[in-house]
Amino acid sequence: MSTVFIALQTNEDTRPIIEAIVQDNPAAIVNEAPAMVKIDAEGKLVIRRETVEELIGRPYDLQELQVNLITMSGNLDQTDDEMTLYWNA
Amino acid sequence: MDMQVAKKKLGLKERYAVMTRGLDWVPSYQKMEDIYPYMTYEGIKIHDWDKWEDPFRLTMDAYWKYQSEKERKLYAVLDAFNQNNGHLNVTDARYINTVKLFVSGISPLEYVAHRGFAHAGRQFPGPGPRVACLMQSLDEIRHAQTQVHAVANYNKYYNGMHDFHHAHDRVWFLSVPKSFFDDAITAGPFEFMVSIGFSFEYVLTNLLFVPFVSGAAYNGDMGTMTFGFSAQSDEARHMTLGLEVIKFILEQDPDNLPIVQRWIDKWTWRGYRVLTLVAMMMDYMLPKRTMSWKEAWEIYFEENGGALFKDLARYGITMPKCAEQIALEKDHLSHQAWSTFYNYAAAANFHTWMPDEDEMAWLSAKYPNSYDKYYRPRMEYWREQAAKGNRFYNKTLPMLCQTCQVPMIFTEPGDPTKTCYREVDYKDSKYHFCSDHCKAIFEHEPEKYVQSWLPVHQIYQGNCFPEGTDPTVEGFDPLAAVLKYYHLESGRDNLDFEGSEDQKNFDEWRGMATKNV
Repeated sequence: MSTVFIALQTNEDTRPIIEAIVQDNPAAIVNEAPAMVKIDAEGKLVIRRETVEELIGRPYDLQELQVNLITMSGNLDQTDDEMTLYWNA
Repeated sequence: MDMQVAKKKLGLKERYAVMTRGLDWVPSYQKMEDIYPYMTYEGIKIHDWDKWEDPFRLTMDAYWKYQSEKERKLYAVLDAFNQNNGHLNVTDARYINTVKLFVSGISPLEYVAHRGFAHAGRQFPGPGPRVACLMQSLDEIRHAQTQVHAVANYNKYYNGMHDFHHAHDRVWFLSVPKSFFDDAITAGPFEFMVSIGFSFEYVLTNLLFVPFVSGAAYNGDMGTMTFGFSAQSDEARHMTLGLEVIKFILEQDPDNLPIVQRWIDKWTWRGYRVLTLVAMMMDYMLPKRTMSWKEAWEIYFEENGGALFKDLARYGITMPKCAEQIALEKDHLSHQAWSTFYNYAAAANFHTWMPDEDEMAWLSAKYPNSYDKYYRPRMEYWREQAAKGNRFYNKTLPMLCQTCQVPMIFTEPGDPTKTCYREVDYKDSKYHFCSDHCKAIFEHEPEKYVQSWLPVHQIYQGNCFPEGTDPTVEGFDPLAAVLKYYHLESGRDNLDFEGSEDQKNFDEWRGMATKNV
């Protein structure tokens, strides 16, 4: 299976998001680069709205992620509840 | 008391459907082909435009909301950077040359991308892609503007950036990025989407922005880092759009496959040649390096691009053939490029220099198969010569590749001691190429590429001197005249970093920032 990834700016907005990603994707690998965090996962990576909301204690719209997004790889499917990156092969 | 009952909101999918479908109409008194004249000539067949979907499902209302938030963040940081004399916090003044390269080489492309997506959006009959192209068109003009605003602060203090757009349209090496985008926007709308949307944004943009922006962060340049990240947050959406374009076109009709494959092959190579500038920036111009060009290529193209092409295999798409040659060049590209710019520093809008001992050790470690064997000896020689007062400036103009417009500096695949030359006779003329791939691109569309505005040819034809110049007078100095035409001041904007006004000023100002004078 190929690797998907998402890279986010390192800041206070993204800290709980990265924590949520690690909780929901136990196999994900977090790589810290200057000012940037890149998270790799085999085949699939999911960001769940509920997990982020539990960590930040307020309602969260997954589209807010746009503000701190740097790059990503994989096919994307975004709904109200989940943002999923995946490869088919 | 009235209770405030929250209205049930539409879900993301429904909202996207409402905001991007049924917005158009079927014309009754004009023909579709008259309204959308570019839809068929490229040979792409589309049967159902509604199959197009933006996987982010971003609608215009949400777009404005998030973009304005990005702008507010960016300009707050730029103000703080300027108020704090942020330019004096960069690692050393050599770094600022990457900013010069960026604003004259890349920012004008953002503006052309804005025009390109506005044009493509106008031409597509489906409202889904029209909305996506509208957003990207607005993103691109935002990038051009924010980059110019961010770099304007450097322009107050450092040389070479004062007329970046004038330079972009004229300076010899800037025809490489310029002609790349001109090539794309003069193609049909589908090819434009594959060239910029897919090949450049999806396959190659990570190699441009991530190392550049990470490099800015690593070298203390908060202004550039922030505009870079602000732009990059849009790039993630562009990449998604690029991938969607490919999937959409391929799912519409099996006849589209060979056309799309040809475009992917062409534009991956065209884009890679432009990235030559990024390769030398990463390996030579950043005082503090983040990763080598070779490492970046391995992560973002070989690994990530490999996964992408494996995924697209279900449509019959294969990895572009040029990837094999690129793999052979990755040990050599940045060294050959920097050597060339070192040679031609008299004619450029930024400074060059030879790496110091520590930097050479870094290059040896990152390029164990090539640096010590092929490049270190000549760089040490140039360094010795410069120390003796014989800094070498090459004043003989190089031959350019007709397709990519890079000087013919690249070596034969697999033999780094032999320069690679290819040529084609077409009609009454001979055309020269840096590689088999550039040659093949020309051969497929010769009538397009015979029109290339090659800076070296133009100089020799006398088209790059200020008006009224008489090249026949005794003692005529063609380079001096060309620099005037570029709006560059010789001795200030060009030549070696060592001894430059930038170097002197930076040292003096940084000294003033830490001492009472």
